[in-house]
Amino acid sequence: MNVRAHMSMLFHLDKCIGCHTCSVACKNLWTDRKGAEYMWWNNVETRPGSGYPTQWENQEHFQGGWEFKDGKLRLRLHSRAAGLLKLFFNPALPSLEDYYEPFTYRYQDLFNAPAGDDQPTAIPISMITGEPMEIKSGPNWDDDLGGSNIYARNDPNLEDVPAEVRAQLDELERVVFNYLPRICNHCLNPACVAACPSGAIYKRQEDGIVLVNENRCRAWRMCVAACPYKKVYYNWSTGKSEKCILCFPRLETGQAPACAHSCVGRIRYMGVLLYDADRLPEAAMVPDEQLVDAQRDAILDPFDPEVIAAAKANGLGDDWIRAAQLSPVYQFVKVWKLALPLHPEYRTLAMMFYIPPLSPVVSVIEDGLFRLDLSDANHDFELFHRLSAARLPVQYLANLFTAGNQEIIRQTLVKMLAVRLYMRRKTVDGEVDEKLIKLLAEAGTTPQEAEAIYQLTTQPTLEERFVLPPYHREMAVEAWKDPLAHKGEAGLGYLQVPRRGE
Amino acid sequence: MNWNNLLFVIFPYIALAVCVIGSVYRSIYRPFTISSLSSQLLERRKLYWGSISLHYGILIILLGHLLALLLPRSLMWWNAVPVRLYLLEFTGLALGIWALAGLVILVYRRLTSRRLWPVTTRMDWVVLILLLVSVITGVWTATFYRFGSYWFTAVFTPYLWSLITLQPRPEFVAPLPWVIQLHVFNFFILLLIFPFSRLVHIVTYPLGYLLRPWQIVVAVRGRITPQTQ
Repeated sequence: MNVRAHMSMLFHLDKCIGCHTCSVACKNLWTDRKGAEYMWWNNVETRPGSGYPTQWENQEHFQGGWEFKDGKLRLRLHSRAAGLLKLFFNPALPSLEDYYEPFTYRYQDLFNAPAGDDQPTAIPISMITGEPMEIKSGPNWDDDLGGSNIYARNDPNLEDVPAEVRAQLDELERVVFNYLPRICNHCLNPACVAACPSGAIYKRQEDGIVLVNENRCRAWRMCVAACPYKKVYYNWSTGKSEKCILCFPRLETGQAPACAHSCVGRIRYMGVLLYDADRLPEAAMVPDEQLVDAQRDAILDPFDPEVIAAAKANGLGDDWIRAAQLSPVYQFVKVWKLALPLHPEYRTLAMMFYIPPLSPVVSVIEDGLFRLDLSDANHDFELFHRLSAARLPVQYLANLFTAGNQEIIRQTLVKMLAVRLYMRRKTVDGEVDEKLIKLLAEAGTTPQEAEAIYQLTTQPTLEERFVLPPYHREMAVEAWKDPLAHKGEAGLGYLQVPRRGE
Repeated sequence: MNWNNLLFVIFPYIALAVCVIGSVYRSIYRPFTISSLSSQLLERRKLYWGSISLHYGILIILLGHLLALLLPRSLMWWNAVPVRLYLLEFTGLALGIWALAGLVILVYRRLTSRRLWPVTTRMDWVVLILLLVSVITGVWTATFYRFGSYWFTAVFTPYLWSLITLQPRPEFVAPLPWVIQLHVFNFFILLLIFPFSRLVHIVTYPLGYLLRPWQIVVAVRGRITPQTQ
């Protein structure tokens, strides 16, 4: 057993209101720079929808992630030799049109325009060329589906959803959507690291954060194509790749990442997961339907004395083990089994987890009126037994979170519904009857667990949502500097302006 | 001292020294500035036609030059049969023209794709023009001073070896036509600007990728055993 710690984020999609505060916080902090204008290390997508960059899930086109064939795990993008041959032009690399051309407006015109009969206007200009441009696309262009059903129809996850189920999504009046906030997944088996010819991308052993060493990056751009989530970006100005750094400077000083900290809906949780590095990459080498379970198996129980001993042997301190025990992510992922990785079929073992959204029952329009597909009596339990009537098709969610395994999605949703019914009965009606306890058991849970899920879902404090271990950076500095000899110095002496080379 | 000594003995040594010292300095003290500076994100159609042609064309031809320098006997043996000589010369010329076409496309691309202007520096133009001179004089030589692969071993192999062994014999270059002299001198200019331009990315060609493990894990105190597959 080779125990390592991982900082993981958890997104409770049922709570996401799609306000993009996370994206803005991230943008202001990290990507408000020349060359990075088009990057959204954190973005929020409307689902069903085509996402950002457009149709990023279409791996036939973008060649991201790993393929499991004949008992071997291969990068979909290239073999080593083929990668070197494709350095001069990489056909799988998305172009700026797949994102959007960043723009601003010429605000000075509003002040400097000569007096005239018309109101001056601020015309849009490109942030690359500085010239006037026609805006064809932008960040969150398809937010809330942008008043069109094209974006939802183009969702790659709808491919194998039956036509009659799709039809219920197609019609704009009846379309249903939820939000999908995305950051880098800081995978256990990252395709970007494997694809980088320069070896510039690496995973930090202490907390699993995947980073680009820009001093080693040579702009071969294979990471951009290989990442199935399209979360590595190429800075066109500096000629280096950039990606989400999980706000490690904030984590190292005991603060949650900016996106999580600013989250209005408080949908984000942050905590330590212990995992067994010896089970990698085998956990990614199982058939599609077993991927979620294999990944859950690689995550270890921080209360198990054997795991604790192995963790200590690997240099993990008591404070990190304690943080792992208190981790809300561990509770949701491993104990309650409510949280799932995004697109496990990419086999990168994504380490950010999602609690899938519940949705109301299907409604139909009759004589210009909405009619819910419910019987009059007892509709409390309707959806519980008839998930096929949920407006977000189970198969669609399965395509997003379980590599098509509908059973896992069903178990997850049923458990969430059970908790909801239980708490509603308890708080509204003030009674818990036999029928309800039976229902909880049917969903594989107990009143105690339901209470705990309810507590952590709806009423966690900041400290319960973000359980951040101490990084002890003051000790890490010893690795390359003698702290006493450099007492009184400012910074670490590496400061050079990250400017484009000639 | 005459011009021949200046251009083909002194200048090459200066260029080589600047090239080596500059590149080493830059890779150690200014690693962030080293990049292939790809602009595929901004423009991809013309790059596809230009970049592949230029890179593969020039790469193979450079390898040919290197082969003639290192294995002159094998080259002469190969060229002993006329058909093989024609084959080699024709291939070389075709590759030269291919590289030239790529270069012209890249120059056209830099001029016409508006998005590339903000990322085009003066040095980019210097590199493009020097490469153009190099390829044009090369194609010119291959066309009008036949057969390059035949006389190279008698002229340039000894000349370059004399430079490498620090016993310079510039008299090999002196009687050559000016086009060929320009081709040689231009190469030394390229060497000179090598560390100050995007050309440095050539030495970072990541051959190590063939050998390294797929995953890289870095601990606070150095690299740890990575997973292999």
